Amino acid sequence: MCVAYPGTVIKVQPHTATVDFSGNRVEARTGLVDVAVGDRVLVHAGCILQKVSENEAAELEALMEEVKADA
Amino acid sequence: MTDLAEMRRFLSQYDGPKMRIMEICGSHTASIAKNGIKEILSPAIQLISGPGCPVCVTPTAYVDRAIALAKRPDTCLVTFGDLLRVPGSSESLSAAKGMGASVEMVYAPADVVTFAKKEPDKQFVFAAIGFETTIPVYALLMEELLREEITNVKLLTACKTMPGAVSFLLENGADLQGFLAPGHVCTVTGSDAFAPLAKKYGIPFAVAGFEGEELLAALYGLLHMQGKGMVKNFYPSVVTAEGNPKAKELIERFFEPSDAAWRGLGIIPGSGLCLRAAYASFDAGSRDLTEDNQQNQACRCGQVLTGKLAPTDCPLFGKVCTPLTPQGACMVSEEGSCHTAMRYQ
Repeated sequence: MCVAYPGTVIKVQPHTATVDFSGNRVEARTGLVDVAVGDRVLVHAGCILQKVSENEAAELEALMEEVKADA
Repeated sequence: MTDLAEMRRFLSQYDGPKMRIMEICGSHTASIAKNGIKEILSPAIQLISGPGCPVCVTPTAYVDRAIALAKRPDTCLVTFGDLLRVPGSSESLSAAKGMGASVEMVYAPADVVTFAKKEPDKQFVFAAIGFETTIPVYALLMEELLREEITNVKLLTACKTMPGAVSFLLENGADLQGFLAPGHVCTVTGSDAFAPLAKKYGIPFAVAGFEGEELLAALYGLLHMQGKGMVKNFYPSVVTAEGNPKAKELIERFFEPSDAAWRGLGIIPGSGLCLRAAYASFDAGSRDLTEDNQQNQACRCGQVLTGKLAPTDCPLFGKVCTPLTPQGACMVSEEGSCHTAMRYQ
C-alpha cells in the first residue's frame, strides 16, 4: 500500500501543486514539503511525500564502496 | 565500480553463511516477485515476507466496524480500494456495498473533503489504515478539516508503526540475519528509525527502493553487512537519515502512540498511533478494535505474516483460497504475500 510515484511539479497553488507523471497531471497536497516548479517529487495517496534528489547514482556508488571496504 | 552484473553474479554465487532476509514491506514483496529476484539468488540467501502490508495486518474487528458504520443510514464509509475485499467476520466492505451499504473508494484521503462539502448533512468516515508512509497524509487531512471547519468527517484509524512490528519479531526469536527496510516508510521516518533495533539485535538493515536494481543493490549491501548492527540507506534519492521533519511534526501534532492489534501477531504495545484526545471528536471509535475472528479457521495468515510459513505451506493456498475467493488478508491484498505467490508462482 506504500506505493509512491515520482513526478515533476509544473504549477504551485496554495496547499496543492499540479504534478506531471509522463503526461498525466494530478493535483497533490503540498503540506509535507515546500516545492517549486520543476522539482522532482514523490507522490503517495495524493500527497507530496518528499523531493527526489538527482544524485542517487553517485551516492549509491559511494555507499557500495563503503560497505565493501567495511566487510 | 559495482555494476549490476557484478551484484547479480555475487548474489547468485554467494556460498557463505545462511542469510534469511525479511523484506518487511508489501510493496517490496510484490516487486521482488515481479522482478524474479528470488530465482537468481543463491540457495544460501532466503527472502521472507514480513508483516508490512497494512491491509493484511488489519484485524477483522476493524473491518466489521467499518461495515457497521457503512450500514448506518446517515453515514458513508470512504477508503482505499485495497481494503474493500478484506473479509471481516461475516462479510467484506465490497459485499456490504453490494447489499446497499454506503462505501466510496478514493485514491487520496483529501477527496473526502470534497464529499463532505457537497453533502454537509451526511457523516463521512475515512477508514484510515496504514504505516508511516500514509499516516502524515491523514495528519494533513486533519489539518485541512480544521482549516476548512469541516465537522462531518471522522477517521476510523488503524495506523501502525513498522519498528514496533520488527521489534516484536526479533524479541520473539525470529530466525533472521538481515532486513530490507521499507523505503517509503523511511522517506517519512528517516533511516535512523531502525538504528536502535539494528544496534540492539546486532542485525543489519538496508533501506531499499522498489525497482529491481534498487532491491539488488540493497541485498548486495546487506550481504556485505552480515552480523553488523547497522543501517545503510540504499534509497538515497528520497530517504535521508532524519526523514521528513514536517511530516513527523504533523504526525506528532495529531497522533499519539497506542497499542495496536496486528492480524497474526496480536496486540503489540506502543506499535500504533491514535488521534490525540484533543481531536477525539474526529475519531470514529478506533481504540478498541482488537478482535481477530477469521471466517476460515484453517487460514494461516498469522504464520505467513511472521515468516514462519511460506504461502504455499498453508493448506488453503490455491485450493479454496485464491485471489477470486480469498479466505485471508494475505490473499486479498495485491501486496499480500499469498496473492503475490499465487500471481507469480
